Amino acid sequence: MKAVSPKLILFALGTVCFALATLLQPRAAQWGGRAQSDNLVKVFLGEGRRLFANHFYTQADVVLHSGYYPSIFDQARRNMKSSALSGDSDADHDAHESPGETQASKENDKHDHESEHEKKMAFLQEPKDWIERFGRKFLITEHTHLSQDKESEILPWLRVSAELDPQRVETYTVAAYWLKRNGKLTEAEQFLREGLRNNPDSYEILFDLGRLYSENKHEIDRARNLWTLALARWNSREAGKTEQDLSAMEGIAVHLATLEADAGNHDRAISLFKLAMKASPHPEELQARIDELRKHTSPQP
Amino acid sequence: MNSVFAIAGLVVKELQRRKDFYVLFVLTALLTVLLGSVSFFNAENIARYLKDICLLLIWVSSLVIAVTTTARQLPAERENRTIFPLLAKPVTRGQVIAGKFLGCWLACGIALLVFYLFFTVISASREHVWHLVPTLKAVWMHWMLLGVLVAMVLFGSVVFTAPSSNTTICFIVIVGILGIGRHLHRVALDQPEPVSTMLSVIYFLIPHVEWFYLPDFLVNDQNIAPWTDCLMASLYGVAYMAAFLIAAWMRFRRQMLSV
Repeated sequence: MKAVSPKLILFALGTVCFALATLLQPRAAQWGGRAQSDNLVKVFLGEGRRLFANHFYTQADVVLHSGYYPSIFDQARRNMKSSALSGDSDADHDAHESPGETQASKENDKHDHESEHEKKMAFLQEPKDWIERFGRKFLITEHTHLSQDKESEILPWLRVSAELDPQRVETYTVAAYWLKRNGKLTEAEQFLREGLRNNPDSYEILFDLGRLYSENKHEIDRARNLWTLALARWNSREAGKTEQDLSAMEGIAVHLATLEADAGNHDRAISLFKLAMKASPHPEELQARIDELRKHTSPQP
Repeated sequence: MNSVFAIAGLVVKELQRRKDFYVLFVLTALLTVLLGSVSFFNAENIARYLKDICLLLIWVSSLVIAVTTTARQLPAERENRTIFPLLAKPVTRGQVIAGKFLGCWLACGIALLVFYLFFTVISASREHVWHLVPTLKAVWMHWMLLGVLVAMVLFGSVVFTAPSSNTTICFIVIVGILGIGRHLHRVALDQPEPVSTMLSVIYFLIPHVEWFYLPDFLVNDQNIAPWTDCLMASLYGVAYMAAFLIAAWMRFRRQMLSV
């Protein structure tokens, strides 16, 4: 029998491999419920990528504080549960900038928030020995925040975090806040819309998108539609829960009410302010707004 | 002393011949340049993420180079039986230890200079500023840490039988110290006896190499401690290097060299 050339065998095997690959590839995409649109990161890391997403989100916070940040040991000691980054950004700024509050209460809240943040970040205790005392010289021990022209330094970490965990809503709202601060409105809108595609039920993203249209783009009708949808989403998601996200509802309701009041829809505005009063830490201020609107609504003698 | 320098020269040449450094440098440069080409939200002048990743790669590469280069020195000499003609020169065992240490430490220093030169170029191209003094301090401290590590691995290579076990143990020790070294004493406070005392003893025994780990300062443009403090820390590092080298020599001088 004539010996077959090894090159020919290699060529034949290559052809078989290629043919099999074309045959099996469409089926392989369906194995394990894996969609063709899954990216490389998801395929390699699976659900474990969410852990990395959390790490990168924290890394953004570390950069924001110029490297001054508690280690896991410091956090365990101080029992720091909430992230300083989210404390600095949207959720708290929303509370501060709520149109239902007076300037004085805004100032008070801001001051309280800053002192609370300072307290949270004072994680370094007195050194216990010479090793720790001398080691502090090689540790960033000053609590500073990035200057405004450097704030975009946190964005890469937030982008990576969103890539790894697209279901983490906080990443989108926080990144959008910093993008808006740096005048990148188009990018903020695109990122929020990407977040909305990944989290269609998120009232947080809808609320932020509404704020972007209302405060930055001055497109009132779009903002109204988005906030109305956000309120509906809040109702569908939070109804029946024992611990509801009331601060988010207050934010949406107050913003929508203010918008309606400015548009002259006083009855709608009043009902929304009443709704917000259920969750507001300053219900008397909202009551004052309602009284003021009622004066405009009631017929003049 | 000439014998020590001659042995050290041979070690440096070995690093030059081997592919480890080149592969790690090309990998570091490639990954950094690739990540540098990514645009995030069309934002300009973003540098910190790139500096962070570049320094992380430099640190990983330098640790790999230091540990793997040092761990194979004495076992390879014994395995190839080149240790016998070396000791017949005449060269004492102490000189062999000193020469190997000096060679590995110098080789790491040369590798560090190349890595940090690349880092400085990348950093300056992004930020349009030269941070020369902080970078020099960081390189110096990094080199001192590698000195302690090289001495530790050299000691490990006369204690452990195989280079692989030495490499693994030294990696775990150094990463452990960098990660939790400065917290051990406080962790000890929350532990019951005798764990608490054991942790405290370990805390005071280990070389606190975390002092020499300064990439956070470079990434976040923070002021590094003054030169006097860096020199004090260096003296601390030199003391540990000497301790490890003397321990290695004491073990090596009574060791049977036949495989």
